[in-house]
Amino acid sequence: MVTLDALDRQLIDAYQRGLPVCERPFAAMAARLGSSEAEVLERLARLARLEVLSRVGPVFDHARAGASLLAAVAAPGAERDAVAEAINRAPGVNHNYLREHDFNLWFVMTAPDEEVLEARLDALEAELEREILRLPMLEGFHIDLGFPIPWHELEAP
Amino acid sequence: MSVSTCPSESPSLLDATDRAIVLATQAGLPLVPDPWGAVGRPLGLGAEEVRARLARMQEVGIVRRIAAVPNHYRLGYVANGMTVWDVDDARIVRLGREVATLPGVSHCYRRPRHLPDWPYNLFAMLHGHTREEVERQAEALRALLGEACRDHRILYSSRILKKTGLRLAGRPGAGRKPEPRR
Repeated sequence: MVTLDALDRQLIDAYQRGLPVCERPFAAMAARLGSSEAEVLERLARLARLEVLSRVGPVFDHARAGASLLAAVAAPGAERDAVAEAINRAPGVNHNYLREHDFNLWFVMTAPDEEVLEARLDALEAELEREILRLPMLEGFHIDLGFPIPWHELEAP
Repeated sequence: MSVSTCPSESPSLLDATDRAIVLATQAGLPLVPDPWGAVGRPLGLGAEEVRARLARMQEVGIVRRIAAVPNHYRLGYVANGMTVWDVDDARIVRLGREVATLPGVSHCYRRPRHLPDWPYNLFAMLHGHTREEVERQAEALRALLGEACRDHRILYSSRILKKTGLRLAGRPGAGRKPEPRR
């Protein structure tokens, strides 16, 4: 586990929900945390390099900019890896997780619009020769308050 | 990494300039004092225009937030369970809203059932440091749903086979930094 000091933690705790979208955002963050712009930039770059931050930037809601759908396939035992590879190769797939269930491969299929989305799923279904469980979002109850980062537990040996 | 090319994507919401900004920023902002100017320069846009367009995209919900995005896995949230629930349709909207506020829940959606194989219509992603913690969160959720819930499952992810936050395709090397692979 990487070592993060108070400033690193403050940066994550204070800005995981949003940066000030002002002219000099990192200067504004530095002013609030009693640091300097250069130091904030250096810290953020380090945290990104360490992969503690996936990135500093916009989080896009891709569902609003196109079509997407959660899908699942049951691919038992020996067939699993080949099916997973075929899914990963298919155009528009941007997540694929192995999960513990008969439906064990869970992926998100995306496309510019609903029509292309259906076509991509139909094509993949034909290639895999197995049914794809199609689970479009009917309603989102998304709140996403962010997570309290358990700094103390992270330090435990 | 396969990402879709969507030049005609949602013309009413994003114009060509917006899309260029999405492409230039989806892997992260440049970490320099004037990130908006740095994004705009190769696109022939001023800092103010980049900032204004991102702010507009945020207003209409295309941008959820502009933030220091933590890698929860790296921060100890190593157990993630996709919980799925078979909930009474008449009560699902009210209950879904309540579920979304519970600790550990990052996403909560209503999705269609596919009977008989798939009876579950409510999805809630739970995140914890251990499976025990995720199970406690699921217990709290179960208690909240009460008799409106007939059945549920926790589907842990045992491996990430592919993950990218990137969606719009760009020229090779257009992204600033690849999404970390785990």
